[in-house]
Amino acid sequence: MNFISKIFRFYYEGFQKMTIGKNLWIIILIKLFIIFVVFRLFFFPDFLNKRFNNQNDKAEYVIEELTNKLP
Amino acid sequence: MDASLVDWSRGQFALTAIYHWFFVPLTLGLSFIVAFMETLYVRTGDEQWKRITKFWMTLFGINFAIGVATGIILEFEFGTNWSNYSWFVGDIFGAPLAIEGILAFFMESTFIAVMFFGWNKVGKKFHLVSTWLVAIGANLSALWILVANAWMQYPAGMHFNPDTARNEMINFWEVLFSPVAINKFLHTVQSGYVLASVFVIGISAWYLLKKREDLLAKRSILVAGVFGLVMSLFIILTGDHSARLMAKYQPVKFAAMENLYEGRTNAPLVAFGMLRQDKTMEDHKKEDFVFKIEIPNFLSYMAFLDANAYVPGIKDLIHGNPGRNIISTTEKIEKGKLAVNALKEYKAAKKEGNALNADGALSILRTNFSYFGYGFLKDEHEAIPPIKLTFYSFRIMVGLGFLFVLLFIISLWLVLKNKTENKKWFYYTAIFTIPLAYLATQMGWVVAEVGRQPWIIQDIMPTSAAVSKLTTGSVQVTFVLFAITFTILLIAEIKIMLKQINKGPKEGGITHV
Repeated sequence: MNFISKIFRFYYEGFQKMTIGKNLWIIILIKLFIIFVVFRLFFFPDFLNKRFNNQNDKAEYVIEELTNKLP
Repeated sequence: MDASLVDWSRGQFALTAIYHWFFVPLTLGLSFIVAFMETLYVRTGDEQWKRITKFWMTLFGINFAIGVATGIILEFEFGTNWSNYSWFVGDIFGAPLAIEGILAFFMESTFIAVMFFGWNKVGKKFHLVSTWLVAIGANLSALWILVANAWMQYPAGMHFNPDTARNEMINFWEVLFSPVAINKFLHTVQSGYVLASVFVIGISAWYLLKKREDLLAKRSILVAGVFGLVMSLFIILTGDHSARLMAKYQPVKFAAMENLYEGRTNAPLVAFGMLRQDKTMEDHKKEDFVFKIEIPNFLSYMAFLDANAYVPGIKDLIHGNPGRNIISTTEKIEKGKLAVNALKEYKAAKKEGNALNADGALSILRTNFSYFGYGFLKDEHEAIPPIKLTFYSFRIMVGLGFLFVLLFIISLWLVLKNKTENKKWFYYTAIFTIPLAYLATQMGWVVAEVGRQPWIIQDIMPTSAAVSKLTTGSVQVTFVLFAITFTILLIAEIKIMLKQINKGPKEGGITHV
C-alpha cells in the first residue's frame, strides 16, 4: 500500500509541478479525442467489422473481392 | 477498381505517414543524445551537463508529446481503407504491432515519467537508467513497425491459408530476423540519429549566432557531432547493404531507382543526372538522361559486390531475359492468374464437397502463389514503379547524407579547435540544414515506398487489390481532415519548440517539463 501511495504521489506531484507540460497535456488530450472519438467513430469504422459478424463471412467476402478483381 | 480511389487512398496513407515521420526520427535520435549527455553528467558530476541534459530533454518531451499516437491513424486506415490487405496479412502484421503497442505503453510511459518527474525524487543512477530505457524503448517500438514494413517488402516466415484467405505466420523469427527487416530497422533508426544530431547542432548554432548559451551550444555540438558522424558512417554501410538486398529481392525497384532501362555488365552508378521522358515509350515509363555523371562499374559492385556483374534493367525484368534466367512479367502475370483462379476454384470445390477438385486447385495455388499478386495486373507495364520520383528521391537522400557528414566534421573541428566565434556562415548553414535533414528522411521513405509500387506486399498483393470498396469522395474527405489536423499539430509543435528554444534553459535547469 505504501508503495502504491508512493507511486501515486510521484505522479501527482510530477503533474502538479509541470510548467510547459500542462499545455502539452492539453494538446495530447485534444489530439486523442480527435483521433479516437471523431476520426475513429465517424470516419474510420473497420470496413469488414461493420459489414460482417463472423470471421467466415469476412473470409468469403475477401476471397470474392480478390478473385473477382482479375482484369 | 477505380484508379482514383486507389490513388486517393495511397495519397491519404502517404500523407499520414509523412506527418507521422516528422515526429518519430527526432524522438529516436534525441532520446539517445539526451542519454549520452546525462551519462556525462553522472560520470563527471558537472552540473552544467545536467542543465544541458534537461534542456534537450524538454525539447524531446515536446516532440514526443505532439507526435505520440499520430501513427495510430495508420492502423485505422488499414482497417478502413485497406481492408482486403488487412485481412490478407492476418496475424503477421498484427503481432508486431501489438508488441509495439505493449512496449510503447509500458516501457516508455513508465520510464518517461521517471525521466521528467524523477530528477529530485530518485537516485542519479536510477534516473540515468530510466533515460536509457526510454531511448531503448522508443527504438524498440520502431523495430516492430519496421519489421511489419519489411515484411511487406520481403514476405517471409508465412504460409497462405486458402480457407481463410489469410497469410499465417509459421516462423516468427524468420519475420523478425529477415535480412530486409534487420537492414530496414538499422537504416531507418540511424536516419533518426543523424536527423537528431543535425537538429541539435542547428539549434546550438542559433545560440552561438545570438551569443547566448555558449557552453551549452559547444558541448551539445560536441555530443551531436560525434554521434552524428559515427551514425553517418553506419548509415552508409546499411544503405550499401540495402542496395544489395533490393537488387536481390526487389530488382524492379533497384532498376527504377537507377533509371537502368537496359541491363548490362559493368554497370555504372549515376551519381547525378537529369531525366526526360521518352515519349515514344510512355507505356514503358521510359526515361532518358538529359545528362548524367557516372561512376564506372559502381552499380554492378553495389548490387552484387562484383564490378563485372550483370545488373538487370527494366526491359529485362519486364520482357524477360532467358539468357540471364529472368522470366518476363507477362509470364508472371499468367502464373498469378493461375493462382488467383485456383483460389476461386478451390473455394467452389470445397463448397460442392469435391475433394479431388479442391486438391487439384490447391496444388496449382501453392505452385504459383509466389506470383499471386501479378494476377491482378492489367499488363506488364503496371509492374514498373514511378521512375522519376524514385530516381530523384534517392539522389536527394544520398546527396544530403554526404552534406550532413560534412556538417558533422566541420562542427567538430570548429568546436575542438575552439573556433566557433563569429562564424556566421557556419551558424546559418547549420540552422538551415535542419529542414534538409527532415527532407532527407522523407526522401528515404519515398524511395522505399514509391519504389516498390505497384506492390503493397511484394509480388503477392498490388495496392489495387488491397483497397476497400469505398467511395472516392469519403477518402477525399478524410484526406482533407488529416491534412488540416496534422498541419495544426505540426504548427503547434514548431511554435512550442521555438518558444522553448528562445527561452533557453533555465538557470540550474528545468525540473519539470
